[in-house]
Amino acid sequence: MSTAAPNSSRFQIVEARFLAPDVKFFRIAAPRIARKRKAGQFVIVRTHAQGERIPLTIADSDAQAGTIGIIVQGVGKTTKQLNSMNAGDYLADVVGPLGKPSEIKLFGTVVVIGGGVGTAIAYPTAKALKAAGNQVLSIVGARTKELVILEAEMRAISDELHITTDDGSYAEKGFVTDKLKALMGTGRKIDLVLAIGPIPMMRAVAETTRPQRIRTIVSLNPIMVDGTGMCGGCRVLVDGKSQFACVDGPEFDAHRVDFDMLVKRNAMYRDMERRSLEEFLCESRPGPTHECRLEKQNPELARS
Amino acid sequence: MPEQEPHERRSNFQEVNLGLDFELAKQEALRCLECAKPKCVDGCPVGVKVKEFIALILDGKYLEAAAKIREDDVLPAVTGRVCPQEDQCEGACVLSKKFSPLAIGYLERFVADYERQTGQIGLPQNAPPTGKRVAIIGSGPAGLSCAGDLIQKGHQVRVFEALQEIGGVLIYGIPEFRLPKEIVRQEVDNMRRMGVEFETDVVVGQTVTVDELLNEEGYDAVLVATGAGLPHFLNIPGEHLCGVYSANEFLTRVNLMKAYRFPEYDQPVFDCRGKDVAVVGGGNTAMDAIRCSLRLGAKNAYLVYRRSEKEMPARIEEVKHAKEEGVQLMTLTNPVEFLGDEKGWLRAARCIKMELGAPDGSGRRRPVPLKGSEFELPLQMVIIAAGTSGNPLVQSTTPDLKTNKHGYIEAAEDTLKTSKKGVFAAGDIVTGGATVILAMGAGRKAARAIHEYLNNGQW
Repeated sequence: MSTAAPNSSRFQIVEARFLAPDVKFFRIAAPRIARKRKAGQFVIVRTHAQGERIPLTIADSDAQAGTIGIIVQGVGKTTKQLNSMNAGDYLADVVGPLGKPSEIKLFGTVVVIGGGVGTAIAYPTAKALKAAGNQVLSIVGARTKELVILEAEMRAISDELHITTDDGSYAEKGFVTDKLKALMGTGRKIDLVLAIGPIPMMRAVAETTRPQRIRTIVSLNPIMVDGTGMCGGCRVLVDGKSQFACVDGPEFDAHRVDFDMLVKRNAMYRDMERRSLEEFLCESRPGPTHECRLEKQNPELARS
Repeated sequence: MPEQEPHERRSNFQEVNLGLDFELAKQEALRCLECAKPKCVDGCPVGVKVKEFIALILDGKYLEAAAKIREDDVLPAVTGRVCPQEDQCEGACVLSKKFSPLAIGYLERFVADYERQTGQIGLPQNAPPTGKRVAIIGSGPAGLSCAGDLIQKGHQVRVFEALQEIGGVLIYGIPEFRLPKEIVRQEVDNMRRMGVEFETDVVVGQTVTVDELLNEEGYDAVLVATGAGLPHFLNIPGEHLCGVYSANEFLTRVNLMKAYRFPEYDQPVFDCRGKDVAVVGGGNTAMDAIRCSLRLGAKNAYLVYRRSEKEMPARIEEVKHAKEEGVQLMTLTNPVEFLGDEKGWLRAARCIKMELGAPDGSGRRRPVPLKGSEFELPLQMVIIAAGTSGNPLVQSTTPDLKTNKHGYIEAAEDTLKTSKKGVFAAGDIVTGGATVILAMGAGRKAARAIHEYLNNGQW
């Protein structure tokens, strides 16, 4: 990997550790960003000189030390490559903080829902909501036990912490919406729901709270390029109006978001993403008996 | 101007124009009438001393000719390629009354390329350090030309850029085949050697505010040169379909992120191979976008424009090159809706034919839809190049910076001073989307005013 970019001495990884399989925490030296960052904001990261720009939410920051924390789930080439990096390595670019900060004030009782790695995005906002005097009821959901992340951190800033796993391998079996319905059924007044996770989960939460008109906020993750409002690639439909998630969001009123559109737009580069990932996996796992699956399936590629 | 053959160049990203050789340059320079009152100089937004640099070419003093241009224009290799000369120096040339005008742009490019290729760039001497510090926000043409002038006056200059590369629209907007990025990089390196500092990955307004630059980081003056980076969409149904791009997004993916070299570069762009592609618009950005799509393998490349060819704001040479390469002009046509398939992908545009009515505010005849002329144009990708407006990130975080009703920063005509003491603004963020050279002219004007302010402190 090339680290010859002009910025290569700026953004050093000072700490890196796995929180769960394929989910890694990084602490990165980025003093300007650390000084300004508020809960809910994100950075755009490029791993190397030929790399793509990807948005990642800032999990926490330390203005004094000049560092920010990010939590990365390895799903595509760039995130998997990022997760192969370690303390001492440099990132080509880290830009931010971008997007609007979460609205932090005294709402009353707030239910914070984190699904999978979405918990990492919800955590800083939950922490700020708690510090603002809210009663914070947290629901952390994951497919299975080993994917539950930040349990101790969430417990420390929550009045109640509920954990659900889809397969029942840890804590309660079920979805986060099952737990949310249970909380709503107790007659407690819920003033705000913050739901961050996979799109189907956010959509399900929105439908759960819609009948009672509980204000519900989601953090959206459309495909982005510059992150400064310049390209419009991250446009989402909110209340039928076009909004740029990078500058108008990333948080929006869940009851007004067109999730269907978001799902379709996020699938736009699926074939290319798959190709990039396969090539990356081929390159990063060479061996004497290795046979490239991509090359086998697409023999024409070998000729070029 | 020798150029790559259309059938070859339409499938590569190498530069279209190949440049003049010594003989052609000399022959062309001989055509200069050496007017006593050269109209070409008046026609140039930065006042390049055209007559003088042409005379130096005739003497074979190419480096001196380049240095002469550089006195007024810090990016000669760039402007020689992208200026709309027909509206400026060449448009004013007296030869054009009877013949074709002197090819001033080609000659400018010739000496700038000679200078670069021989590696003998003469950098001007900077004045003794003044101890004053200036922050420039945005590294596009306005910011660079201001930085180039201020550093020569002895001030310390730092340019902040939001993206990972220096050059603004020269990097993300104008494609490689019209302006090779290596040229921009070399011009920026020249500025580094002159002492200009650059910091990438800083989004002023988010990473740091104008007030913090003035108060905490101790800058004596700030220039806002953030350009017109906010894309306009058409606000018609179907604009959220996959395959619908703003020109900014498409060009940023292709030029800045080098998506045309995917998967060597990681950022993808729509796979145009064998597809029907259209660009909506008639300016240089529209031409750049549609010609990129051809090079990415588009089968049909349409330029959909609501007025006629005569009203197109693009440079004449760009329209000519686009047509030679196989772009199909669909003038007096406007899309009214984008139609998609069940997976959310674009499949066609519903368009309507237009006719020209009475002149509008811009002096051009207003296009009026022709009733009953609607038709469907099958498309898998469409790029909207319908203009841009100012990016609000700086203004929205600098409350005492006045803007007009379009969101552009208000700046005094002669000094480019804004409503906020110590803050100047220049380029597209003041005027709205214009050209590289007009932004450079504004950058120079700002540099003069900033220098004066740093000397006398008067606001």
